[in-house]
Amino acid sequence: MTEAPASVTLSDLAQRFPEWVSADGRPGYQGDVVTAGHLREIASALKTDFGYDLLSSVTAADYPVEELQDVIYHFSKSTGGQPLELKCRVPRGEPRLPSLVAIFPGAELQEREAWDLLGIRFEGHPDLRRILTWEGFEGHPLRKDWHEPYFNEEVKPFKDRWPNAKQQPAEQRTVLKDNLKFPPGFNPEGWLQQDDEALYQALKREAVDTPGLISDRIIVNLGPQHPSTHGVFRMAVLLEGETIVSLKPVMGYLHRNHEKIGERNSWIMNIPYTDRLDYITSMSNNFGYVTAVEKLTGVSVPERAEYLRVMMAELTRIASHLISIGFLLNDLGAFYTPSLYALKERELILDVFERVAGSRMMCNYFRFGGVAADLPPGEIERIRGLAFERLPRSVAELDRYLTDSEIVRARCEGIGILPPERALAQSVTGPLLRASGVAYDLRRADPYSIYDRLDFDVVVGRHGDVYDRYRVRLEEIRQSIRILQQVVDGIPEGPILAGKPAWSTRVPAGEVYGRVEGPKGELGFYLVSDGKANPYRYHVRAPCFINLTSLAGMCRGHKIADVVTILGSVDITLGEVDR
Amino acid sequence: MAPLPGFGMLKGLWVTFRRLVDTYRVDLRWRGKRYRSSEGLQDRLSYKTRGIFTVQYPEEKIPPPENFRYVPFLVYDELEGGERKLRCTACGMCARVCPPQCIWITRAVDPETNKPLSQPAEFVIEADVCMNCGLCAEFCPFDAIQMDHNYELASRDRWSDLRFDLKKLSKPASYHAAIHPLRDQQETLERAGKKEEGAA
Amino acid sequence: MTKTDALIPVEPTVPAELQGLVTLTSLDRIYDWGRRNSVWPMLFGLACCAFEMICTAASRFDFSRFGMEVMRASPRQADVMIVSGTVTKKMAGQVVRLYNQMAEPRYVIAMGACATCGGPFKEGYSVVSGVDKFLPVDVYIPGCPPTPQALLNGLIELQKKIDTESIRTARWYQKGPGESIPVPLLGPDLIDPRRTEEINLLSGAGTTKTAESQSQAEEPAHD
Repeated sequence: MTEAPASVTLSDLAQRFPEWVSADGRPGYQGDVVTAGHLREIASALKTDFGYDLLSSVTAADYPVEELQDVIYHFSKSTGGQPLELKCRVPRGEPRLPSLVAIFPGAELQEREAWDLLGIRFEGHPDLRRILTWEGFEGHPLRKDWHEPYFNEEVKPFKDRWPNAKQQPAEQRTVLKDNLKFPPGFNPEGWLQQDDEALYQALKREAVDTPGLISDRIIVNLGPQHPSTHGVFRMAVLLEGETIVSLKPVMGYLHRNHEKIGERNSWIMNIPYTDRLDYITSMSNNFGYVTAVEKLTGVSVPERAEYLRVMMAELTRIASHLISIGFLLNDLGAFYTPSLYALKERELILDVFERVAGSRMMCNYFRFGGVAADLPPGEIERIRGLAFERLPRSVAELDRYLTDSEIVRARCEGIGILPPERALAQSVTGPLLRASGVAYDLRRADPYSIYDRLDFDVVVGRHGDVYDRYRVRLEEIRQSIRILQQVVDGIPEGPILAGKPAWSTRVPAGEVYGRVEGPKGELGFYLVSDGKANPYRYHVRAPCFINLTSLAGMCRGHKIADVVTILGSVDITLGEVDR
Repeated sequence: MAPLPGFGMLKGLWVTFRRLVDTYRVDLRWRGKRYRSSEGLQDRLSYKTRGIFTVQYPEEKIPPPENFRYVPFLVYDELEGGERKLRCTACGMCARVCPPQCIWITRAVDPETNKPLSQPAEFVIEADVCMNCGLCAEFCPFDAIQMDHNYELASRDRWSDLRFDLKKLSKPASYHAAIHPLRDQQETLERAGKKEEGAA
Repeated sequence: MTKTDALIPVEPTVPAELQGLVTLTSLDRIYDWGRRNSVWPMLFGLACCAFEMICTAASRFDFSRFGMEVMRASPRQADVMIVSGTVTKKMAGQVVRLYNQMAEPRYVIAMGACATCGGPFKEGYSVVSGVDKFLPVDVYIPGCPPTPQALLNGLIELQKKIDTESIRTARWYQKGPGESIPVPLLGPDLIDPRRTEEINLLSGAGTTKTAESQSQAEEPAHD
């Protein structure tokens, strides 16, 4: 699991741009440091000459002691391999660097997030506004010196819980008896909320001119409370008649400060919090986080635990795709029947989770070095029944029910086309990318756990429309069933955890980017450790968040009824989009 | 590819029709005993089920599996003479490992010597903050705190009902053995093993 | 109103010969029975709890057995708002707006730890510590997320609450419009219009709040 393959290209990069690229010398850190002024040239060289066409992740970290802020980029090749890491260090007082949106449009939303949460300005960004908090919010929350209103101590466990605890609600500790903090001298009398002017200006700027009659355009807001937006998600749409001319997604309505809380938690406390990221696929999120931390600590996982992990991850993938198909049909207007059929199968999978991990949705099952508990007696027979009898039959039934239906085909074929070059440029991953024809699946491109020993196909679509995405997800359920069958047949006996269960882990200092193929796409965790019992920086590369970059391009030119369908095919879960 | 236009939809409607017929067929086969009976409930929960599989809460409740976790509770051993001994020694492990930090423990102090005693004077769990993760029960060294199966905690007032103090949290070891039989067996064996080691 | 006050309550009994033919009930009981068995929820899922709500609406835990199957997206047609999920400050304004648009009689169920008190995310800077900071909540259901059976238990608790209501004291039959809650605004932090004076007074202590709050924590707790 070392970074050796990528460093070959790093030295090539250093040869080509000798003054601008230097190795990151901090202990435990990988990647190269690049000067901010030449970032754009290096990035284009990576894309055109070295073949790194997918910008996996853009994130930032705050180092107040060194008076610097880091912006960390991870580049991947669509042909596979480990990611290449580059960093830019900017002064903390004046953090500015050029934006990569012109070369990699997928950086757009992530750079806005770095501006919002850390205050880093990206020059040349087309629309640098706050994304997860709101315009007018005071401060940049992820900075180390910014404390939230309910601030108790820097890290958990808090000293006032034991041994002398005087239980009081958190409200009592603050001046305003609530989770509020205002700048000194602030007078709320007659405060006018900052309107969405900036949003609507950006909307109009990105509109394309349509040929023919010049008509008035109206702005319609879909959401945040809307029956079909899969959660609290808002889209501002510029309409000409019923045709969409421009679209801007607005998120942050479920921003639950996962990353700030992640820095306060200890390493193991973060596992139940990752359950709540993409709440439908909790096992997969656990998997991603635990894989990243295990890369840092270097612990190796026993065989049985690996098999159990893959079993749970694939069951989660099936459950997630079932929901995706069911809710896509809801969005088409099939009044709940297909989703009820899909939810019925999902209930059986949730029963497995409940018996094994203890909860239907928030499983909290994975631990560093293995899993929390073994299968209860008799469980393997029930999972065998699911994998060999029940699920194949249900998928075949769903296939017969929906795939050839003329209504589904008429409403989904040719809608929301995403060409593969644009998909890669916009950092799209997961079934959305594969339906456009790019065979990029992390389980084959950058294998982790035991996936290199298992036999399955990567499902790829041809046209990149909504119908293909539905077909890809349906077929991926079949491939997951195939993996499940191999795992159920081949699971060995043995321990389920390396070493003894530990409530407090000391992770060696350094940084790591660990990723897994979640049902929605590449779920990555960028972690920085300073050798203590709590993470220093904790960032989630959320696939749904980044896949939304492609929404505007897919919807342009379609009718408003199709927006709902296209959003359903992108398959977002707000817990991950907003973290 | 469908041979005729409309054929795809008819294929789909046939699936729905089959399912509709199934709901009656299966009920008839069970001759009315499918609901309000435990064999019927088992059939409706198994992976082989067809037809209606609704579980009619509150008349029938799905028995929670052993690992099911909701809000924690404290275990006390019932000794002879009706005396209750709380297993908790106020070591603070659960308070330290709880992710939302909703466990508040005050260790008891001997009033004469002012030395700390191995029992809690006060123990509060904010059940409305609890995220049901089970880390407290997993890392308790004395098997003193376990996860309850009771989920019927809805209330009209959160300040009075959803703050669990020591009295509300304490439940007998027999209850713990009833809802977690395998775990209790394993814990008893481990405790016996530790006692032997300690004696030897 | 004075006419009904003059009525003397009488314990009604049915004469023996009419026992099989006549049933007596009070108007309140029929009124409540009709309303408690057709509480229509609003399609209002915020986060993970929304999924357990969807599973409660799905086939296994069907809540249409309780009359709740009609889930309306429009607040004008809904009876109960099941706040399922974390209410963030950005969303708080919309939640209050939707509540104001609901027609009376209306109820609010705070489902899950986050809606009850902010839950595991309570310490966050953009999370409202419980929806009852803005809305009057009728039933709280703890859990993260509450299982569908726990949600059904909460709905039954709401039904029991509705059973205690009476036509005579119903707010929506009194004169005058219902009170609508002022919508919170987004400023440097969430501004509740009912607390502007307090914020004005206390925000002078804004920057030293951390030191103050630490000193408050050291003081004995005042409940």
